[in-house]
Amino acid sequence: MSEPLLKIEQLGKRFGGFVALDSVDLNVASGERLGLIGPNGSGKSTLVNCICGTLRNEDGKVSFGGAQIDGLIAHERTRLGLARSFQLPRPFHTMTVAENLHVPLIYTVGARSGHHLSAADLDARCMELLALVALDGKARQMPRDLTQVEMRKLELARAVAAEPKLLIADEAMAGLSHSEVEDIVKLLIRLNERGITIIMIEHIMRAVMAFSQRLAVLVSGKKIADGKPDDVIKDKDVVGAYLGT
Amino acid sequence: MRTPLFILIQAVIAVALYLAMHFFGNDYLFFAGYTVLQFIVLSTAWNILGGYCGYVNFGSAGFFAIGAYTSVCLFTIGQAPEDIFPAAILPAMQAIFPLPVPVIIVIAGIMAGLVGLGTGYLTLRLRGVFFAIATLALAVVLQTLIVNWSFVGGSRGAYVIPANTVPVFGPYIQYLFALMLLLVIVALTSARLIERSRLGVGFATIRDDELAAEACGVPTLKLKLIATVLSGALMGMAGAPFPFYIGYTEPGSVFDLGYAVNTIAMPMIGGTTSWAGPLIGAILLGTLQQVATVTISSAVNLLLVGLLLIGFVIVAPTGIVGLWQSWFGKGAKR
Repeated sequence: MSEPLLKIEQLGKRFGGFVALDSVDLNVASGERLGLIGPNGSGKSTLVNCICGTLRNEDGKVSFGGAQIDGLIAHERTRLGLARSFQLPRPFHTMTVAENLHVPLIYTVGARSGHHLSAADLDARCMELLALVALDGKARQMPRDLTQVEMRKLELARAVAAEPKLLIADEAMAGLSHSEVEDIVKLLIRLNERGITIIMIEHIMRAVMAFSQRLAVLVSGKKIADGKPDDVIKDKDVVGAYLGT
Repeated sequence: MRTPLFILIQAVIAVALYLAMHFFGNDYLFFAGYTVLQFIVLSTAWNILGGYCGYVNFGSAGFFAIGAYTSVCLFTIGQAPEDIFPAAILPAMQAIFPLPVPVIIVIAGIMAGLVGLGTGYLTLRLRGVFFAIATLALAVVLQTLIVNWSFVGGSRGAYVIPANTVPVFGPYIQYLFALMLLLVIVALTSARLIERSRLGVGFATIRDDELAAEACGVPTLKLKLIATVLSGALMGMAGAPFPFYIGYTEPGSVFDLGYAVNTIAMPMIGGTTSWAGPLIGAILLGTLQQVATVTISSAVNLLLVGLLLIGFVIVAPTGIVGLWQSWFGKGAKR
C-alpha cells in the first residue's frame, strides 16, 4: 500500500488540564474524501489546527507527503500543499474578493514556484477560481457585501487558490440553507475531482453522507470509529456518543 | 503613477517649498517647517507598522531618540577623537570625524533599524494592547539607559552646536530643512512602494487577520520584522538631525510624550491605509500646532491633538483618506 498523503500518529494536545486530543491516529490517502464528525467539543477543530500548524501538538506526529511537518509553522505547511478553510469565514476585509484570492497566489503559489506571478497571471487565475465557485460577478466587491453562502465560497476559493494537495473544510456549511448546503457539497466534490484530497468537518449529516468516501468520528478527543460511512453511522459507540445511550 | 514620476513630483514640490520659504527670508519659517516635516517622516514611519500591519507602536519616541543620540554620540566623538581612539588608529579617525550630517542620518537609521529588529524578535508574538505596552516599555528602558550614560550627557543633556552657516544653503537651519525635505521624499516613496508591492499585500493581511494570513502562506513573523526594521530605521533617521536643530539635547525633550502621541494621532487623522494619510495628518496637525504655538501657547498642542482625535473618531474613524475612499474609492457604496 502506498504512503498516505496525511499520516497522524498518536497525536495529543492538552489545554492546561483539559485533554483536547488523546492519541489520535488518522491516515488520509491521496485523492480521498474523508468526513470527520463528532459532537461539539470533541476536538475536531483542535485536530485541524494541529494539522495546519495553528496549534502545536504536544504528543505524536503529523506527516504530510511522507515528511514530518510537526516543527513547521502554518505558512510553511500551506506552501507544502496543506490548505484550510475556517469555521467562521475570515476574509481580508479591506480587500476586494479578487484581492483576497491574490494573497495565496502571491505568497503560496508564487513562493512555491520561486518566481512572481505577473499581474495578468494573477487576474486570470483569480477569475478562473471565482468562476469555479460562481463568484466571478463579485470580483470587485468587498467581502462585507457578500451573502453568507458567498462568504463560504470565498473562503473555499481562497484555500483552493493555494493549489493544495489536501484541503480541510472546517464546517463550511454551518448556517446555510438546504440548497446552499447542496451547492457547497457539489463544489467540494468538483474540487476533489480536480485531484484535491479533502477532509470535510461537518455537523450536517446529509452533507457528510453525500460527500464522504470514508468517515471518522472523534469523541472527547479520541477517535472512536473510522470506516465506510454507512457502517460508521450504525456503529454502537457512534450512536451512543450522539444520542447519549 | 510610476515611482520615478512620483519622486520627481515630490522633488519639484520640495524645491518649490524651499524656495518659497527662502523668498520670505524669515528663518522662523524654516524652524516651524522643519518640525512639520519631521512629523511627516515620523508618522509615515509609524504607519508602516501601525497602519499597514495593525501593530500600534507607542515607542516612537524611543526610536526617534536612538537617532538623536546616535548623532550626539558621533558628534561628541568628532569633537575630540584623540580622547577616544588609540594612537594607532587616531589619524584615520581624525580623517573620518567629524562626520557630515547625511552620513550620521544613515548610521542613525541603521542603529534604529537594528533596535527595531531586536524589539521585533522580543515583542512581535504579542498583539494588541500587550504589544503597545511592550513598545512603551522600550522607550522607558532606552530613556533610563540614556539618563545614565554620561558620554552623551546623561540627565544633564549635551550641547551639539553646529556651524552657523553651510555652503550653498546659508543658515544651518536651511540646510537641516533641506535634509528633512529629502527624508520626507525617502519616507513617502518607501511607504508608497511598500503599499503597492507584494510586501504591502502581506502587511494588509496581517492587519486584517493574521491567522488567515498564515493559512494563505504569508510568513507573518518575517513580514512584521521587516516592518519593524523599516519603521524603526525611518524614525531613527528623523531623529538624527534633531540635536543639530535644537542645539541642546536632553532626555526629557527627546523622549517627550508628544512624539509618541503625535506620531499615532497624525496617521489616525489622515488615514492609516495609505501613504497619503500620515502626510495629510502631519501637515494638518503639525501646522495647527505651529500656529497655536505662535498665537496661543505650545501648551495647547496636546489639547489640539486630543480634540482632533475625538472629532475624527466620531466623524471619520478611518481618517481623511478613509472618508475619501468610502465616498469615491474602493468599496464605495454606489
